Amino acid sequence: MTEIFGVSTQALFGQLLIGLINGSFYALLSLGLAVIFGLLNIINFAHGAQYMMGAFCGYFLLLKFGIGYWWALALAPLIIGLIGMIIERLMLSRLYQLDHLYGLLLTFGLALIVQGLARNEYGTSGIPYDMPAALTGGQNLGFMFLPNYRAWVIVASLVVCVSTWFVTEKTKLGSYLRAATENPALVQAFGINVPRMITLTYGFGVALAAFAGVMAAPIYQVNPLMGADLIIVVFAVVVIGGMGSIMGSIVTGFALGVIEGLTKVFYPEASNTVVFIVMVVVLLIKPAGLFGTQR
Amino acid sequence: MAAVESVGIGAAARAADLAHQRVAFAIMTAFFVLAPFVVYPVFLMKALCFALFACAFNLLIGFGGLLSFGHAMFLGTAGYACAHAAKMWGFTPEFAILFGTAAAVLLGIVTGLLAIRRQGIYFAMITLALAQMIFFFYVQTPFTHGEDGIQAVPRGMLFGLIDLSNVMVMYFFVLAIFLAGFLLIYRIIHSPFGQVLKAIRENEARAISLGYRTNQYKLLAFVLSATLAGLAGATKALVFQLASLTDVHWTMSGEVVLMTLLGGLGTVFGPVVGAFIIVTMENYLSGLGQWVTIIQGSIFVACVLAFRRGIVGELGYWLKKPL
Repeated sequence: MTEIFGVSTQALFGQLLIGLINGSFYALLSLGLAVIFGLLNIINFAHGAQYMMGAFCGYFLLLKFGIGYWWALALAPLIIGLIGMIIERLMLSRLYQLDHLYGLLLTFGLALIVQGLARNEYGTSGIPYDMPAALTGGQNLGFMFLPNYRAWVIVASLVVCVSTWFVTEKTKLGSYLRAATENPALVQAFGINVPRMITLTYGFGVALAAFAGVMAAPIYQVNPLMGADLIIVVFAVVVIGGMGSIMGSIVTGFALGVIEGLTKVFYPEASNTVVFIVMVVVLLIKPAGLFGTQR
Repeated sequence: MAAVESVGIGAAARAADLAHQRVAFAIMTAFFVLAPFVVYPVFLMKALCFALFACAFNLLIGFGGLLSFGHAMFLGTAGYACAHAAKMWGFTPEFAILFGTAAAVLLGIVTGLLAIRRQGIYFAMITLALAQMIFFFYVQTPFTHGEDGIQAVPRGMLFGLIDLSNVMVMYFFVLAIFLAGFLLIYRIIHSPFGQVLKAIRENEARAISLGYRTNQYKLLAFVLSATLAGLAGATKALVFQLASLTDVHWTMSGEVVLMTLLGGLGTVFGPVVGAFIIVTMENYLSGLGQWVTIIQGSIFVACVLAFRRGIVGELGYWLKKPL
């Protein structure tokens, strides 16, 4: 058994892998928050609850309709994203003229309702959700064992993150989006339906959370509280990265997952708090966040 | 000349403000003095602790415009410090409460310096994340006794003379603390410092251009709010003779936001009313389990969408007098 700094490589790479998995979810969720914040100027506190709804949606699709993982991966984001768009139309759209804090309070209330309903029905114990047959098993890489499903999660979230970045930064649709972020009134004057764009953007952000939820279901089980604590860590990630750039949230998400994984190896007592400690350090050195601009 | 006139009118209006607020204060005090002879005193003490907690929170959001989503860290920290001092070191209740409050002050200075580096929504996220870090610290550190909390905290003898194990004596001790905290907040709001805070809330850039060091004002407001939240937490630990993780959890931070929002952000009496309603609701609906969370969430949504002034704010609007 080889060792690095007195830690077996097996444990090191194992935790590194777990870190990358967690990082995938941090990246997907903080990306969704950043996309929503960019156009709506609100922090979507319900993001954790919507992540949980995605997982439950996948579970229900299997239970009631026998629809498996792959279809759930496409359908759950659609369904939850649609619910998100309805929420945006009915509630959030009334708050754009007010202080941004009201959006935070409203979505916090929504998160409480959804999580309360789910806990009422399912308690706090997790419901197992089987991983797809095609992704069971794993590869022996010589220095470690890599389960196929975990490799898939990392690859899939990377692909989704990078595509989102590509669409917003490199396509015409993305340029409308960025223009509307800068000056919605002017973009509207050019004949672009900004309110509809806002609705779709919120729906997309929510769909990202639901997508992450379905991917997380086979790893963490389906649990009413799966998003509640996660969202606070993701907030810290967002503060560290700053919400100014899409790529920033992706990089920060993965990096913090890895840092958290490494902490589990070298100083396990701090593994819960390391993300927050990084946040404190970043606030001291670069208050606007690593990729952010102060505003 | 016009300026002098407007100052005169402002002073007259302010005097009128204070007159009816004094009446409201007298009614509130009379109610709290008489209430323990009718209502279960322990329940009232709980409500008073939360009322002071909500007033402290309101000082920050209602008058400084800063939404802290981590105020439970001050409530819980002071509770732990007070309980530990009273139980393990044998502090008398007044010194245990002072010690707990001092712990909250210290935490308020450290977290305040970090949090005021960002504005608006970021401020809320940073305070929430810092509070979660503190929560994990208390989960792991041995002196808090994890899930059990610090139990059987002695109430002790106040000033070495008055036995606080008598529930009515304890009640009036808690009431005195609440009224002192409330009057201090009232004084802060109506001081020049409070006016500058309001100016920062309305337009920070302009306050800076007028020569105010807004960061110092915000930090002081944050520390004052943390101090009074700590006072509430330390008192609560003695009332229930318990300091536990519940008081540090983010749900507690959410609850105090809810109490203040329901009562009326930026009103003087709103947080007290909101705290009483929420504590009463939790008391009577505790058998319904998770429905309490669902109802809380619904109140949030309803308040934000249709009822942003809150109960007392709405009342003040109808009476055309700020309460």
